[in-house]
Amino acid sequence: MTKKNAALVEVLQTSVEAQIAGRSLWKDARIRFFRNKAAVISLVVLTLVALACAFGPMVLPHSYEDTDWNAMGIGPSFHDWHLFGTDELGRDLLVRTLIGGRISLVIGLLATIASVSVGIVWGATAGFIGGKVDSVMMRVVDMLYAIPYLLIAILMVTIFGRNFSLVVLTISIFSWMDMARVVRGQTLSIKSKEFIEAARAIGVPTWRIIFQHVVPNLLGIVVIYTTVTVPGVILTESVLSFLGLGVQEPMTSWGVLIEDGTNVMAATPWMILFPGAALSITLYCANYIGDGLRDALDPKDR
Amino acid sequence: MPDSNIILSVKSLKVHFKVKDAKGWPWTPAKTLKAVDGVSFDLRAGETLGVVGESGCGKSTLARGVLNLIHPTEGEVVWLGQRMDSKDAVAWQHARKDMQMIFQDPLASLNPRMTIGQIIAEPLRVHYPELSMTQVMEKVRAVMKEVGLTEQQINRYPHEFSGGQCQRIGIARALILEPKLIICDEPVSALDVSIQAQIVNLLKDLQKRKGLALIFIAHDLAVVKHISDRILVMYLGKEMELAEKHALYDKPSHPYTRALLSAIPIPDPQLEKHKVIQLLQGDLPSPINPPSGCVFRTRCPQAASVCAEKLPDLKVVTEDTQSSCLFS
Repeated sequence: MTKKNAALVEVLQTSVEAQIAGRSLWKDARIRFFRNKAAVISLVVLTLVALACAFGPMVLPHSYEDTDWNAMGIGPSFHDWHLFGTDELGRDLLVRTLIGGRISLVIGLLATIASVSVGIVWGATAGFIGGKVDSVMMRVVDMLYAIPYLLIAILMVTIFGRNFSLVVLTISIFSWMDMARVVRGQTLSIKSKEFIEAARAIGVPTWRIIFQHVVPNLLGIVVIYTTVTVPGVILTESVLSFLGLGVQEPMTSWGVLIEDGTNVMAATPWMILFPGAALSITLYCANYIGDGLRDALDPKDR
Repeated sequence: MPDSNIILSVKSLKVHFKVKDAKGWPWTPAKTLKAVDGVSFDLRAGETLGVVGESGCGKSTLARGVLNLIHPTEGEVVWLGQRMDSKDAVAWQHARKDMQMIFQDPLASLNPRMTIGQIIAEPLRVHYPELSMTQVMEKVRAVMKEVGLTEQQINRYPHEFSGGQCQRIGIARALILEPKLIICDEPVSALDVSIQAQIVNLLKDLQKRKGLALIFIAHDLAVVKHISDRILVMYLGKEMELAEKHALYDKPSHPYTRALLSAIPIPDPQLEKHKVIQLLQGDLPSPINPPSGCVFRTRCPQAASVCAEKLPDLKVVTEDTQSSCLFS
């Protein structure tokens, strides 16, 4: 009887294990990500915001630059579809928020991708190779820190004129250093782990150790730091725009709209309320998605 | 002894580290920590060399020095008759196909973000990139079976395994290239006793089947006795005694070896009660500032004044035994 039971248990075990066997890391991560309610809701909301920004201005009856002479500085109303109201020049705030969202989201995305990729490669290389290479690479980072980015932004605008890609470039150049430092620090701690030594004993080439063993283990901290970078980048863009170095009127971005709204906060509060809400919702969603991704991609956390 | 069988020969290997004194000035010259200070031994194909010694005596550093994971300060490593230059990356890359290592902490030595299959396949991918995915996986499955893992576990992650299983994974990774030598750096000290026996027996069994040579580092003398053919006793980075297993356990010639052996528990309460442990006085001296002459003299029960003056070398005592004690 016990023998039979043991055999049965074994058969069951093999069949169960065979089912488990097929899952890859990404499939696993996806399943775990979709179990996280906050992250899924955030993903849905962020997608809606992005879709609205992309297609909303085409659907809505107003344009972001034309003045509605009948409705200047009015609050939110269903009359004539000024759902978010208008600014003091009579431009529809809903359309302007969506148009501004395009700029802010694209800049947030591009500059973050640039900062994350440069930061990871730079930080991981410096931290892993160490010694003189590390010193030189990190002193370069220190030097970049010492340069005031506004000065460079002004210089670049003076030389090349105002355009969108220049804004992305300027922000990217000055936003990867934090990531590089964080990644380097984490790399130093991963470097001393035994599995790195095991890889070296096997004879794995250095670049392969960095990208196969170090970088995947940085993922948690990188994802967290990215969720901090996204808002930082969007806010930097608003500072540049405010100083007249970013996008040019009548083109707008969330940062610009918020700056405009701040000036007239007492008289027309909706002018800061709606762009501010759009920015906050986006940032909240980015944070929750970041949390969800971190948990989903960590195989130890099941 | 037929010398043609020797696959690895280590000649007065020294691994020294520079240590900055934290309290010193920036221009204070760095002190030298002699982690391994002139160790020599030969290893024949299919043989097991046990390395024992207390914590901090340089066992692990010796292993890393032999494998060139830490560049040795002096001395040479001759692998398959070829003198290995520690700076020659190409030669080492080639040699690593045949020399592998197993680590002390089974879980920490596996990348937590890779599946077992990827981990075991990695040496193949690095050294034989021309193999196809199916060939690699076939090999991985075969080697997993060999170390007692089931095929179904191939897509799991290291943290889902117990310590003993993780060590089996480590062994599988070391075995997949069919090396001639595996250096085991305290492979069982992180495992509980029943698992230790499994792993040691697995290693012994694999060695018999594949003709592997092993360098087995441990501080458990009973385990070392079980697996080794010859044993190297280290103290403060130096060799104390190098002897055939039976000669060492029956007639230890160095006072340090005698002290170590007297500390082995006897699995008989009656005998254990009346056993006399030859306790060593004092602590391990600092390897930054080792005693003059024989490094063991500060704790040696037989030490005489000559021990402080003369630097003893490893000398042949009997056919099976070499000892570095002046009095043996």
